[in-house]
Amino acid sequence: MKIILFAKQVPDTQNITGDAMKKDGTVNRGALPAIFNPEDKNALEMALSLKEKYNATIIAATMGPPKAAELLRETLYMGADETFLITDRAFAGADTLATSYALACCAKKIADYDIIMCGRQAIDGDTAQVGPQLAEKLNIPQLSYVLEILKINKKKKTIKVKRAIDGGFEVVEAPLPILLTVPEAANEPRPASAKKIMSFKKAMTGFELQKKHGDAIYEDSELLATEEAKLRKKNLWIQELTAADINADVERVGLKGSPTKVKQIENVVLGGGSLKNIEPSIEGISGLVHELIEDHILG
Amino acid sequence: MSKKNIGNVWVFIEQDTSKIAQVSLELVCKGRELADELGVKLEALVLGKSVKKLTSEIISYGADKVFFAEGEELEPYTTLPYTKIIVQLVKKHRPNILLFGASGVGRDLAPRVASTLLAGLTADCTELRIDDFEDKISKTQHKDKLMQIRPAFGGNIIATIVNTWEDPQMVTVREGVMKMEEPDNSRKGAVEEIEYKLSEIEKAVKVINRETTEKSVNLTASQIVVAGGYGVGSADNFKLIQKLADALGADVGASRAAVDAGWIGHDHQVGQTGVTVRPKLYIACGISGAVQHRAGMDASSKIIAINNDPDAPILSVAHYGIVGNLNEVIPKMIEAYKSKV
Repeated sequence: MKIILFAKQVPDTQNITGDAMKKDGTVNRGALPAIFNPEDKNALEMALSLKEKYNATIIAATMGPPKAAELLRETLYMGADETFLITDRAFAGADTLATSYALACCAKKIADYDIIMCGRQAIDGDTAQVGPQLAEKLNIPQLSYVLEILKINKKKKTIKVKRAIDGGFEVVEAPLPILLTVPEAANEPRPASAKKIMSFKKAMTGFELQKKHGDAIYEDSELLATEEAKLRKKNLWIQELTAADINADVERVGLKGSPTKVKQIENVVLGGGSLKNIEPSIEGISGLVHELIEDHILG
Repeated sequence: MSKKNIGNVWVFIEQDTSKIAQVSLELVCKGRELADELGVKLEALVLGKSVKKLTSEIISYGADKVFFAEGEELEPYTTLPYTKIIVQLVKKHRPNILLFGASGVGRDLAPRVASTLLAGLTADCTELRIDDFEDKISKTQHKDKLMQIRPAFGGNIIATIVNTWEDPQMVTVREGVMKMEEPDNSRKGAVEEIEYKLSEIEKAVKVINRETTEKSVNLTASQIVVAGGYGVGSADNFKLIQKLADALGADVGASRAAVDAGWIGHDHQVGQTGVTVRPKLYIACGISGAVQHRAGMDASSKIIAINNDPDAPILSVAHYGIVGNLNEVIPKMIEAYKSKV
């Protein structure tokens, strides 16, 4: 059984500190640490439970800049088997439609998958759109908000899951291949394994390999090839994929492939009142209660 | 009507066991406003086992026409049959705008539909309005576009998004964000049944079992909300919030921190990941007021903030601030209220 996990490296919007917001109210992306999108970790945890139960292979992939390789190393530390970094300047500025197109091209390149998994949503946009859009692009069914995988029938190629719905849950049976999105409530992701950190901390992309050896390696293609072969042999090679590698139509990726455009970004302006301070004494509070009754706000 | 050469405004009506989701009716009201401004019609579509009888209610909230499809396989909701029917209908009638509730169903369905249509989709809009847009990159002018306004980056900024491709312009909106207007039962509208055919593959996802419970509280309808945050301190202390609510005839709300701490259920959560409320009176107790919380309650008519921190952000939206220990302030408030009425 082959599982593809799509994960995203995101700015840590849940822990916005003082200097992360600029004076004009916009976000200073540079000041925010890049983290593993939390619900993508829940998806990875669910994939790992399938690896244990059904002997599945987990291929982790992410789309992002070169530094997103860090996220892929983290997936290896937790138990992923193989990693791909989809990276190309052409992908910049993508909205959810262009993103799902690029991920679909990657999934087609990897091919022969049974399950595609991703977190319910990413904390930088909170849209929860890429999962369903990716399923549509691959023409496979989707099950969103999956809390638990109850059963997989390898022979019949079916899956039975428990998924969250508004006000409760439902049990659903569906054919494979399928795309699942996983919410935070599904599980508690395992920590990285110390042993795996030792094994995979030197996993790297071609970009990182070049950086490690400095400019010299650019001029020595033989050395580069040898180093790559060494890493591949030890399963330490993070494969980079460009738009061309995944046969993506450049008109459909990045800003060009995005129907939605950002018109403007503003500081959050909230309504609300001219503050009146009330003394925390019984007199102060009685006065306030009296005023609210007079104004028919309290009955 | 329909003087401009653009499509109509559409609302997807979510229903279960012939009960319409509140968010759908809120969107009919908002859709009516947008359609009037554009000079086009407001049309709705509803799918399910027995939905023809819902059409008059949808019309009473402002729809000019309701498309409906009935069938056993359309309930409970599954993604692919709904996608197929909606896509087929959109391709035929080419609406200008298509609104979905940002419910579990809406957030599963809208992206699938948008992806099939190659349409732009913006999630969780908090405001919608019509305006012109100049795309500075492609140097193109777009007249009368839907401004899709939403929080982004964890709610720390507000972005205005525009769909520059062909229609429809698609958005989802959470429950409680748009205001529900009174229905007008004398309103007349057209009704049209949709024919559809599903393939085996489209019917392949089967719901075997389903368990739901009614929401324990519907804060969007509350007149008075007493809400507690992390500053309340403990589950035991949270009883004080309930006490004040009981005394005032109010409902209990909470910040995300109080819900995450397990002091109260998620149905009570106010804010961007909970519900948006607009009561006559909102009393925030021990809530520091992260922007995500404030965005869900700043439209309340009057806001009282009880907090021991004189610099708490909640005070920026409050009308009355009581800086002090809530364990002392709340009993005094209960006492003051009881002696006045």
